[in-house]
Amino acid sequence: MNAWIWGIVGILLTPVVAGLVGGIDRVITAKMQGRMGPPVLQPFYDVMKLFSKQNLVLNRFHHDLVICSLIFTVAAVGLLFAGENLLMCIFALVVGNVFLVLAAYSTNSPYSMLGADRELLQMLAAEPMILLAAVGIYMATGTFDINLIASGTHSAIQYLPGVFFGLIYVLTIKLRKSPFDLSTSHHAHQELVKGLSTEFAGPSLALFEIIHWYETVFVMALIYLFFASRPIVGIVAVLIVYFLEILIDNINARVKWDLMLASAWVITLIFGLGNLMLLFILK
Amino acid sequence: MSIKKSPWIIHYDGSSCNGCDIEVLACLTPLYDIERFGIINVGNPKHADILLITGGVNQQNKTVIKNLYDQMAEPKAVVAIGACACTGHFFAECYNMLGGVDTVIPVDVFVPGCAARPEVIIDGVVKALAVLEKKQQEKVTA
Ligand code: SF4
Repeated sequence: MNAWIWGIVGILLTPVVAGLVGGIDRVITAKMQGRMGPPVLQPFYDVMKLFSKQNLVLNRFHHDLVICSLIFTVAAVGLLFAGENLLMCIFALVVGNVFLVLAAYSTNSPYSMLGADRELLQMLAAEPMILLAAVGIYMATGTFDINLIASGTHSAIQYLPGVFFGLIYVLTIKLRKSPFDLSTSHHAHQELVKGLSTEFAGPSLALFEIIHWYETVFVMALIYLFFASRPIVGIVAVLIVYFLEILIDNINARVKWDLMLASAWVITLIFGLGNLMLLFILK
Repeated sequence: MSIKKSPWIIHYDGSSCNGCDIEVLACLTPLYDIERFGIINVGNPKHADILLITGGVNQQNKTVIKNLYDQMAEPKAVVAIGACACTGHFFAECYNMLGGVDTVIPVDVFVPGCAARPEVIIDGVVKALAVLEKKQQEKVTA
């Protein structure tokens, strides 16, 4: 019963928190560039405006696939807050992501298709590290059950500094920030028009934004799990990591996909797998 | 929710001399920072609310302009920036020119000047917001 309530609270609070974080992100980014930046509530204005616009649906699958994606992404966050199995949450998120790619593939636009291709590459680069993080948390705490991980007496971070570093590295991919915003970017100036989201308009694009909000909160919660036994430290760590991501976004240009894939896998192998092997030998 | 708080623009360069284009881009710089008003240059007609066009229309780009306009979701507004986009200016006599932007698509706001200054461009966009809001209300009541 309690788990249900937590899950629903998580689902309801996520858009509020992620929207605010997005707004603060845009203000900090603007300040870093010597500008004033938009109001903090800007992401909410954007999404509400998009809902009031005309929906340019291209075929009978397009909008439905976005809704499927939303359902799975929301479910992933709900399950996470309900304290269910960590692996299940991660796979639900991946399924949501795949639906988004399918929606982009269902159109005829070459930009959208290229964006979808690159989104698959991004998943290929990021998912191994995220799965290793789950395995690492299992090895450190002895369980995949988020309830037990969160109520444990010691934090996973003391066993998994390498895994944590690797996770931060691929977080840039998940948050769609430079240098890894290959499939679609928060900023306009890219060669793919808007990549993955090119063909979404109005309400579909609003759903796309909301899906991204849920993803953002999901990866932040993943970071928090490393510090679960000390909530204050956890929250501070999440804030620091997010600030670092904004900084990295602002001081980097986009890289090519092969560099992204190679570097992500090298980091995953050295820091992720290396950490796990050490843990296996020493423990 | 009012569209006024988050107008996204797309900028298209017709056959301008690039003078007005530079002024449009100047609006994005720290000095003018149009993101203060929630305005983003999205570069994708399907996401945009306001189409900014600099330069006049010629035989080659008239289909492009029509295409961009058709791909935008309702409600939408068009702002013609600079004397060229308004009337064709001194290119109007050329053999390949059709004239101002209003020869191919309906224009809501004309921004004069050669080149149009960033302050006037921002003013033009703000005028377009009122047009957008009116169109949105018409959509709701219809
Ligand atoms: S109005 Fe003047 S500055 Fe602007 S595009 Fe035409 S000639 Fe160039």
